[in-house]
Amino acid sequence: MSTYWRTFKVAAWLGWEMDSNWTEPWLFVLYSIIKPVAGAFILVLMYVVFVAIGRPAGDPDAFSYMYVGNSFFIFVASVLFGTFQVIQSDREWYQTIRYVYISPISYYVYILGRAASKIAVAAFAVAITLVFGVFFLDVRLHLALIDVPMFLAATILGLAVLLAIGICLGGISFLTAKHTHGLAEGIPGLFYVFCGVLFPLSILPGWGQAVGRAIPLTYWFDLTRRLLAPNLTVNTTLTGYDAPTILLFLLVSSIAFFGLSVLIFKIGEYFARKAGKIDMTTSY
Amino acid sequence: MKAGTVRRTDFRYRLGLNLRAVVGRSYPRIVGANREPSWIFFEALLPLLGIAAYVFIYQFFGNQAIAVITQSTATAPWGMCGKHACADAGEQAQYLAAVNANTNALVASVVLGGTMVAFWLNVLWSMASQLYWEKEIGNLQLYMMAPMNRMALLGGMAVGGMVMTSMRAVSTLVAGVLVFGVIFQVASPLLLLAVFFATLVALYGLGMMFASLYLLWGREAWNLSALMEEPIFFSSGFYFPLGGLLRIPGWGPAIAIAGSFIPASIGLDALRQLTLGSTAFGGTLWIFDVTTELEILVVMAVLFLILARYCLAYLETLAKREGKLTSRHQ
Repeated sequence: MSTYWRTFKVAAWLGWEMDSNWTEPWLFVLYSIIKPVAGAFILVLMYVVFVAIGRPAGDPDAFSYMYVGNSFFIFVASVLFGTFQVIQSDREWYQTIRYVYISPISYYVYILGRAASKIAVAAFAVAITLVFGVFFLDVRLHLALIDVPMFLAATILGLAVLLAIGICLGGISFLTAKHTHGLAEGIPGLFYVFCGVLFPLSILPGWGQAVGRAIPLTYWFDLTRRLLAPNLTVNTTLTGYDAPTILLFLLVSSIAFFGLSVLIFKIGEYFARKAGKIDMTTSY
Repeated sequence: MKAGTVRRTDFRYRLGLNLRAVVGRSYPRIVGANREPSWIFFEALLPLLGIAAYVFIYQFFGNQAIAVITQSTATAPWGMCGKHACADAGEQAQYLAAVNANTNALVASVVLGGTMVAFWLNVLWSMASQLYWEKEIGNLQLYMMAPMNRMALLGGMAVGGMVMTSMRAVSTLVAGVLVFGVIFQVASPLLLLAVFFATLVALYGLGMMFASLYLLWGREAWNLSALMEEPIFFSSGFYFPLGGLLRIPGWGPAIAIAGSFIPASIGLDALRQLTLGSTAFGGTLWIFDVTTELEILVVMAVLFLILARYCLAYLETLAKREGKLTSRHQ
């Protein structure tokens, strides 16, 4: 156990240094803020344009629904990228994977450690985006004190599911070429569309709604939104589930996805070793 | 001195050498990518999902607006038309048609933006960052020793990148038409092609210029490319007509003007006018007319290529002087 903890700590420190020491701390903070706020502003402008030409009275509930979902989606993009890019950056860019891989540590735990710094930065970006929305864009948030423990529990379980999905992708990327950007864009895109992040599931066709209901992150976003913005009138189509049920569902999902991630990671690793792909480079 | 080792300077020889370099550098991108079929799934199909999300947002807004127009109440038996109650069924139908037309135009804007996103990401990650990447993996010194012009090398990367990215761009367009039912009305196909290619040349010219700047930088280069995603998508109006930014008093026009230095913003505005008609969105969200925008794009294309040429020469010398040309993992 102590080896796992030591590996996690050192990998987390390494990840933090790699993420942040390329510039001055103030510039890194600015960099960490600009990206998510600009991402939120894309949605703000989409809303502004639609209101300007299609709905002069505005739709603050729809806007708050979208804004809160988008803020928490920062976790999805960062955590997924933070996990599956470890293998590709170590393999293709730094070309250090062979040294880390043969060292007497758990490579699975090493990846989790490397992702930890991304989670920390993402948490900061989520907080900044939400605060910005409340003070400057009139986003309607109201988190009751009694709901704080459930909110924290939901966030931790949501992150656990995300980490497990990231490791699954990492296991697959053992075998693929340099597709970091396609994966970074595409897999979060999958959740962006099907998990009711920006719009309720009712907008999707029937099969799309079924896909959305099968992904645990849908429930995470719904629960988070219920706790943070309980007064929204947008119909999410998930009102049949109460908050404790969703939390329980997230707990079961995180355990199931952890098992799945170990399985896929081991299979990917096995075939990569067999095909001699552990330290391949595909730079074209 | 043997004939083979004499430095040839005649135009025909140099032209042939540089054209071979262009073909040689574009070859691995085109052929290499096709030898890795998983690339089509990861780089062309998966990213469509992100674009689909933006399409559904507009459809969500459209549905919400339609619900208000069609919802009958005691005070508004024909629903709400804007901020007032609809007078009769005729006005209600008129407002419904306007919402449907605007939603289609906005969805089409997203689809066109999505095609341009593909090229912009390719410019950032496979043009601008490429020399930095080559430095990291140790190929840069080989390029520097080769006798061709460096611009030929960048030109080859650009040609290869355009071909590679076209697959994703075409997938986005096809998905827009077939899956989301977007209707494009192209009145001037030749002008459309001219705008499209002028935008691409200007974009890749900018990418060449960035590539030379990145020669000097270490890991800042990677982070700079990452920083030029969402902020540029926003300031250049990739997912909404840029004129929307101009309507926001104060900071809106400033950001729109800053974003217009990226050729994609002007190019997208012109492409949207050419495919949706200049009367779309009530004709209020365009920046300039198409001809003016084409002229701006041509000027940008020439300017960026010239600047790329000079930046590359200057920064290569500077990088050599500072000893950063081949230093890895800074």
